Amino acid sequence: MAGDVKHDYHLVKPSPWPLLGAASILAMMLGMAGYMKGLWFIPQHAWWGPLPGLVALIFVLIGWWGDVLKESRAGDHKEVVQISLRYGMVLFIASEVMFFVAWFWEFFEMAIYHTLRANPDHADLANNPGLVGWSEWPVPQTDGTRVHPFDPFHLPLINTLILLLSGTTVTWAHHALQAGDRNSAKIGLLLTIILGLSFTALQVVEYSEAGFGYDKSIYGSAFFMATGFHGAHVVIGTIMLMVCLGRLMAGGMKPEKHLGFEFAAWYWHFVDVVWLFLFAFVYVAPHIVWGSGAPAAGH
Amino acid sequence: MSSDPKTTAAGHGHDHGHGHGHGHDNAHDHHAHDHQDPKWYSPARWLFSTNHKDIGTLYLVFAMIAGVVGFIFSGFMRAELAEPGLQLFNGTAFGGFLGNEHNYNVITTMHGLIMIFFMVMPALIGGFGNWFVPLMIGAPDMAMPRMNNISFWLLPASFILLLSSMFVPGPAGANGFGGGWVLYPPLSGSTGHPGVAMDLVIFSLHVAGVSSIAGAINFIVTILNMRAPGMTLHKMPLFAWSVLITAFLLVLALPVLAGALTMLLTDRNFGSKFFEVSGGGDPVMFQHLFWFFGHPEVYIMILPGFGIISHVISTFSRKPIFGYLAMAYAMVAIGFIGFIVWAHHMYTVGMNVNLKAYFVAATMVIAVPTGIKIFSWIATMWGGSIEFKVPMLWAIGFIFLFTVGGVTGVVLANAGVDHALHDTYYVVAHFHYVLSLGAVFTLFCGWYYWFEKMWGIKYNGFIGGLHFWLMFIGSNLIFFPQHFLGLQGMPRRYVNYPDAFSEWHHWSTIGYWVAAAATIVFFIGLLEAIVRRRKGEANPWGEGATTLEWTLSSPPPFHQYNDLPRFK
Repeated sequence: MAGDVKHDYHLVKPSPWPLLGAASILAMMLGMAGYMKGLWFIPQHAWWGPLPGLVALIFVLIGWWGDVLKESRAGDHKEVVQISLRYGMVLFIASEVMFFVAWFWEFFEMAIYHTLRANPDHADLANNPGLVGWSEWPVPQTDGTRVHPFDPFHLPLINTLILLLSGTTVTWAHHALQAGDRNSAKIGLLLTIILGLSFTALQVVEYSEAGFGYDKSIYGSAFFMATGFHGAHVVIGTIMLMVCLGRLMAGGMKPEKHLGFEFAAWYWHFVDVVWLFLFAFVYVAPHIVWGSGAPAAGH
Repeated sequence: MSSDPKTTAAGHGHDHGHGHGHGHDNAHDHHAHDHQDPKWYSPARWLFSTNHKDIGTLYLVFAMIAGVVGFIFSGFMRAELAEPGLQLFNGTAFGGFLGNEHNYNVITTMHGLIMIFFMVMPALIGGFGNWFVPLMIGAPDMAMPRMNNISFWLLPASFILLLSSMFVPGPAGANGFGGGWVLYPPLSGSTGHPGVAMDLVIFSLHVAGVSSIAGAINFIVTILNMRAPGMTLHKMPLFAWSVLITAFLLVLALPVLAGALTMLLTDRNFGSKFFEVSGGGDPVMFQHLFWFFGHPEVYIMILPGFGIISHVISTFSRKPIFGYLAMAYAMVAIGFIGFIVWAHHMYTVGMNVNLKAYFVAATMVIAVPTGIKIFSWIATMWGGSIEFKVPMLWAIGFIFLFTVGGVTGVVLANAGVDHALHDTYYVVAHFHYVLSLGAVFTLFCGWYYWFEKMWGIKYNGFIGGLHFWLMFIGSNLIFFPQHFLGLQGMPRRYVNYPDAFSEWHHWSTIGYWVAAAATIVFFIGLLEAIVRRRKGEANPWGEGATTLEWTLSSPPPFHQYNDLPRFK
């Protein structure tokens, strides 16, 4: 009986990637700490600090996911294994959602409760003149200048439309793939990638025109970190879609089984939804609540 | 052999043992395998493992090493606090090895972080979870065996980052981070600890967080998708339930900590103003984000233990667990409520009174599902034929001590009372009763319960009993007097104190030495079992042990359930 495996689960062979991956991450973290503060032989602000670890990590990921592809083609991903992978991706996205909860929470709390924080009952304003800033939102910047928030109905609205459109093109590509229309799938995917890149490019333009500084107030910090992490996720999602396009061009992905594509699409929709929340609550709602008194920057 | 009433499992009596790290057996030589299972001494087996039992073993060994480090650190603290004045952290003791008072704070901080992230979590979730969740639910392995391995290997990486932080600049003119495991800014910001030490601590927790999230996803997927045919969720063993709920808490809580730590990191290095009052930020926000993770974290540490206790109480009372479904859903309730009580750690930050009233009420509600568990364990023992084997001693000890910690928890839940007790030794006593005497007792409970199953050899019952009684006396002697110290006003995280506090501090330190003796007895027990090699049985506990792992040989085959068990 012992040799006879009578189940469909995938018993993965021993693999060097986890150990190498952990070692790469350790090297990257030590290098990053070196870059920030100087550590052992890494001088402060040495741009190459985290690089060796990062490069090693990229090699590990290519090797690891390459093995996954090989196993998939070898038929190791039976029905029940596919269900496991789906659950896994859903839970990964759930953890990402909770990561964004931290950034939204910070933004909401500081935007909504700033007056409470500046209430003399709660804060000793006489001895902490810095707290006076809490009485308004967005708070004044450390150099004394005012924050000029973006006009949400300018570039941010265009970006919203771009991301929403990309959500439809990726769905088009998915349906085409399922229907066996590989050409349409490629076109849909290519359009999605182009839209994703356009979004990133417009974010760069927007950042360059910001009427506030990242390191000048809580408003700028919260804005740039929340939208910045979203942007990073857009880039990661775009890379996932590019890999899918590459596999599609190389003849991979079957109409009945294309988990990599599905996961990239789920991830893309997740990124899309995060943006809708950002647009509604970081761009539009403050604009409505506090008015458009401050002129949009750079226009 | 097991006479399991519920299953017709495959894998019976097929002694297929491998010396898991103890090299006592070559049974597989006469197997008609087409492939050889790896030898216990093969480096590749341990470095590249994709086997849930081997990875579980790695976690347990790692937790032991980290536990010893954390325990030695607490020894430095107790030796320092044995009497008033500076004994160890005075710049001259042991040739100045331990440095000055700042290092006391570093040791305190490291003790907390090590015990939480590198001892309790790896042992209970990574160790026992990996070993026994697949065995109990009738699965051949974890759902994602390779990801399972990186979940483990990220922990040594994280541990190296944490330990390195002690030897690099922290505050001006000193090494290491001494701001407490809660990492509050501004002490953890660039004014309090400008050096690279704090950045390493942040990265350490980032990496440990990635490890735990990956592990948690693996457990959820395994439990939801790989249960044996016929095992519905409502028939699943309570340990698997406890790990499932714990894993959900990890997936939902840890990313929020990651966000808070990232804000701290950018505040320190890139000039953001999240927790900087000068830019309109607020350090209290860090506390909110931290405790939104931190409170679920304390349930992450105790829920798997609840699962273990349920099995042990049931096994040694020879009765099914009382109120099985209520026990499962009590854990669900504890997990859910755990997310909405976080600010009871922050009563003294200047919070609105109405908000405090809410957090008091919500916190008290936790006592209801926890009470369900305590009383159901007692009801399970009621009328049972109880055997006081070593695991049962730990389980009963746990119920008693955890109840003490729970009662002081209800005291501390009251915001008015907490204004007096916040950051005193009363709090230290409270959380050590639920963790050091709660979670750690469940850990030893699981260790002795599954010792024979995991290693295929028997432990010595006398040494196990001695370990329990020494630990029971020692840990109570450490922590019970700390209630008195706290009520007298002794604050936490102080290296020195007035003479008035010396009596109970003295007793507390004596307790530490008893607990240290217990720890030595624990390792003697392990060595004795390895040297004597008394051959283990598939099910040493008899008819009380009804879960699937007892249908397998001890140790179980390298890959179990090639033919899936059918669960009725």
